[in-house]
Amino acid sequence: MQLWLKLMRAPLSAKLGMAIVAVNVACVVFAPWLAPFGETEIVGQSWVPGFWGADVQGAPATWLGTDHLGRDVLTRLIFGARNSIVIALVTTILSFSLGITTGLLAAAMRGWVDQILSRTVDLMMGFPTLIFALMVLAVIGSSIPAVIGVIALLDATRVFRITRAVATDIAAQDYVEVARLRGEGMGWIMRREILPNAITPLAAEFGLRFCFVFLFVATLSFIGLGVQPPAADWGSMVKENSAAISFGILMPLFPAAAIALLTVAINLIIDWTGATAGGVHDDH
Amino acid sequence: MGSVAELLAKRLVFGIATLWVISLLVFSAVNLLPGDLADAILGQGATPEAVAAFRAELGLDQPVASRYLNWVADILHGDLGRSLANDRPISELVAGRLANTVRLAILAAFIAIPAGVGLGILATVYRDRPFDRATTTASLIAISFPEFFTAYILVALFSVTLGWLPAVAIETRGGGWQQALREIALPALTLALAVVGYVLRMTRAAIVNVMAAPYIEMAQLKGASPLRIVTRHALPNALSPIINVVIINLAYLVVGVVVVEVVFVYPGLGQLLVDSVSKRDIPVVQACCIIFAATYVLLNLLADILSVLSNPRLRRPRQQV
Amino acid sequence: MSEDVSINRRHAMAGLGLLSAAAALPSLAKAQGPAPKRGGAMRIAIADFATSDSLDPTLAETQFSQNLQWQLRNNLVEVGPGGKLIPELAESWEGSNEARTWVFKLRRGVTFHDGKPFTASDVVHSFNIHRKEGSKSQTKPILNQITSIKAEGPHTAIFELVDGNVGFPALTSAVGLYILKEGDTDFNKGMGTGGYILEQFQPGIKAVVRRNPGYWKSGHANFDSVELICMKDATARANALITGQIDAYNAVDTRTVNLLQRSSAIRINRVKSKAHFSFPMMIDQGPFASNDVRLAMKFAIDRDDIVKRVLGGFGAPGNDHPLSSAYAFYDGTIPQRSYDPDKARFHLDKAGAANLRVQLHVSETPFTGATDAAVLFKGHAAKAGITIDVVKEPEDGYWSSVWNKRPLCTSRWSGRINEDVLFTLGYTADGTKAGWNETRLNDERLNKLVAEARKEFDEGKRRQLYGEVQRIVHGQGGSNIFAFADFLDAVSSKVTHGELSGDWMLDGCRASERWWFS
Repeated sequence: MQLWLKLMRAPLSAKLGMAIVAVNVACVVFAPWLAPFGETEIVGQSWVPGFWGADVQGAPATWLGTDHLGRDVLTRLIFGARNSIVIALVTTILSFSLGITTGLLAAAMRGWVDQILSRTVDLMMGFPTLIFALMVLAVIGSSIPAVIGVIALLDATRVFRITRAVATDIAAQDYVEVARLRGEGMGWIMRREILPNAITPLAAEFGLRFCFVFLFVATLSFIGLGVQPPAADWGSMVKENSAAISFGILMPLFPAAAIALLTVAINLIIDWTGATAGGVHDDH
Repeated sequence: MGSVAELLAKRLVFGIATLWVISLLVFSAVNLLPGDLADAILGQGATPEAVAAFRAELGLDQPVASRYLNWVADILHGDLGRSLANDRPISELVAGRLANTVRLAILAAFIAIPAGVGLGILATVYRDRPFDRATTTASLIAISFPEFFTAYILVALFSVTLGWLPAVAIETRGGGWQQALREIALPALTLALAVVGYVLRMTRAAIVNVMAAPYIEMAQLKGASPLRIVTRHALPNALSPIINVVIINLAYLVVGVVVVEVVFVYPGLGQLLVDSVSKRDIPVVQACCIIFAATYVLLNLLADILSVLSNPRLRRPRQQV
Repeated sequence: MSEDVSINRRHAMAGLGLLSAAAALPSLAKAQGPAPKRGGAMRIAIADFATSDSLDPTLAETQFSQNLQWQLRNNLVEVGPGGKLIPELAESWEGSNEARTWVFKLRRGVTFHDGKPFTASDVVHSFNIHRKEGSKSQTKPILNQITSIKAEGPHTAIFELVDGNVGFPALTSAVGLYILKEGDTDFNKGMGTGGYILEQFQPGIKAVVRRNPGYWKSGHANFDSVELICMKDATARANALITGQIDAYNAVDTRTVNLLQRSSAIRINRVKSKAHFSFPMMIDQGPFASNDVRLAMKFAIDRDDIVKRVLGGFGAPGNDHPLSSAYAFYDGTIPQRSYDPDKARFHLDKAGAANLRVQLHVSETPFTGATDAAVLFKGHAAKAGITIDVVKEPEDGYWSSVWNKRPLCTSRWSGRINEDVLFTLGYTADGTKAGWNETRLNDERLNKLVAEARKEFDEGKRRQLYGEVQRIVHGQGGSNIFAFADFLDAVSSKVTHGELSGDWMLDGCRASERWWFS
């Protein structure tokens, strides 16, 4: 009930964000019923403009036109939401769980724990992504879990650095020292004292990392790691059709806009929750 | 300040150790990948006879351990070695490209970092006002577009339609520095757009995070202007995460720009690494990896030192747990 | 225009049957039309290159190094427009002893860039680099037939072969068989007899050459300088040409050809090629051991759809054998196999393999659009009850770890110099040994036919022999050859040239010496 009240009192921007997320979730759940065509069905010529194209005679057969193989763009977007959002969500949650836990641990324990974790992260950040991805590919093959694992692990290093930076500052505050002297356990201090005070930057990071995963999936697909064709994902849709933009064909803008819209929506929600919940406080 | 010098010394030792471990890891990783240089160079025409002959010529038939030790011995003599693939000195292959990469990264950072941090601060000052909304939304849209796509849009606009800037960054001979600047303007702008939004959002978040602290309220009660509150009271306490975000992005500008190099035909290190990995040209891969890893190690070190300096509490030596 | 090319080629290649080709015209047959003009700085962007490129003739060649090699160096024989053999550093040649002995008369008065005169010992040196023990050269399998090479005086080179080969002169035009200076092993200096002299070469970035003032071919090498620039990204190449930063580029993205043609400042050069795309099946593996399953797969692909969508219509459907109409002995009487899901089902049932499910391994390495072609094939085959799982493989290491290893994968073959080389490598037992026979076809009749045709002087009989070879591959082979791709180059309208050669992109990789600015 309280949550409902809170939602109702949310500013317009947050409501807009929630509406967009809801539409995306609907796409994820109901894709086969919402899409006008089959995921891989070829409906016409390549790069035919949709209703926005001026020179189409008669009623448009497709809303957003067709892609480079003549598949319906709207259908691909709806099905692409499934792969893209699910992968992005799982990956981001995984990388944050890993990055935040280790980052807090490093900040709270300092000393040799911090040294080991930080130097391991130096090592992982310094190790080239390409070779890392190829290694994973050679060892466990190309599959969705492999993509998720690779990206989550790589992103976790960035999350670690930021968590550690925020948390180290907080861990040096007096109230944390007090808690330590009170004899609170390390887990309690991390969870109850440090994490709540670091939430705003971490939430912002979450909103951005989530977006980067869409693009990362498309980048990895060139080495063969990624969503297997002919399944759709937004990042790869932009990539496969990007050449068209140079000739004034707007088709690749749609998947890019889908990524942008969802990113903006999620960050609107994060801004709102950050404003209501986050912030350094001193109430003990 | 003694603690900072100590930290520096300790971390430099760790840094060298990290580089050594990375060289070892990279060497074994590339060796574990399917195929070797002989297969990769000969491609579809890799007949068993040709591959065997080529391997013998390259010394790829020697044990892995001895090849690695040879490489380490060369490095200790200050010699990066030669490319296996075309027998050119690696220092020669790398030097020009490293300079290009650094030049591009500096220009992009020069645009993106001040813009990102500055706009981030302003967004906090005008928090929840139209300026804040506009900049955050615009920055989010900018980072949602993949780099190659941003690049194509910029080229379509500034090169093909308007004709202001060159579409690809091929060095034209005889051009001065203005020409050079014109050629890397679009690649730098593309990278800056990819980075500026991230820096802006994180700067804003870090400052917002400390805005609820009692001393901020105190300053507000004293009647300080929002700008003064943000820059004088909030910013100094939010520096550490901002520094880390800036550093992560600086490292990205050096290491992660392969796509922009390809789209703008800009000969940088990223392209060399990708090509060398695909050709299994291990000495070149090693050289590139060491450069990239050193970038990370140094930048991470810089971030940690700046964080310590920015927080007085961390400066005083503390009992280790 | 592409039609003309193929007809000319057929006539020209027919001439191959002759034992000798006289070089009556020392000034090479010039294309009709205006005389070439000298001058200008040419800039060509090349799609296919590597940072590992070198000028070592024994190493596999990218299009970039091939263009560069032919700026700097010449072969004994050159392939001209229509596949015609043009005497280059050899003025004439003659075979005897049942095509086992070949005597090449060499051109006089030719010098290397450093002024040293070109002689027969340079020829011996250049061939022996590939033939020597422990050579890594890919050309070695082809040159294994040579038992000895002798220089007789400064202007005659004599080749002795193990067995007769009427197509031997054509082989000397191959990539890699450039004539180097005797004793020269520092290949990256670029020493040769070619129309340009090397100024700078940065592998994976660019190469710059300037005109060789003493070049022996008249009317060739017309540009003051030529810059070859490495550009991987097709959109970058198009943008660079549109904005005038380059004058020509190869490998036009088929999807954007029509869009490029809107500009009057750009011309698209379309040439019929010998390059084919295929989904080879290993005939000794799993379900593909049954010829009915192979036939079902071949009937289950809609070639026209792939040519239309993946090649943008710039190609021709294949007929499950490797010859296009650009080859001399192409047999046009074999009926074109077309998409027929019912026939595919029929063959599946016959093989007892209804509900066939196979994995198709694909990456963009063999050709751009390979993944799209595989996805389209998946859709076509589904209508015949065949389930194809498209497995996207890394581009990295594709040739070494997927091709020729997986029972069903994606492949591309660029053209070969003649039918003999193509069939020997790709379809005989010898080809399997050499690691080129991707379908493992081992048909005794075919092995025999290919060996016979190699020695056959009579052109009509050779046509008959190669006709049967094509029928065997078409009927029983594991090759699902669905398309021949046209070569597409884009050039600025400032650039002029004669009739284009179709053996490689960019006028047979010799645009630098054949073209000029109008």
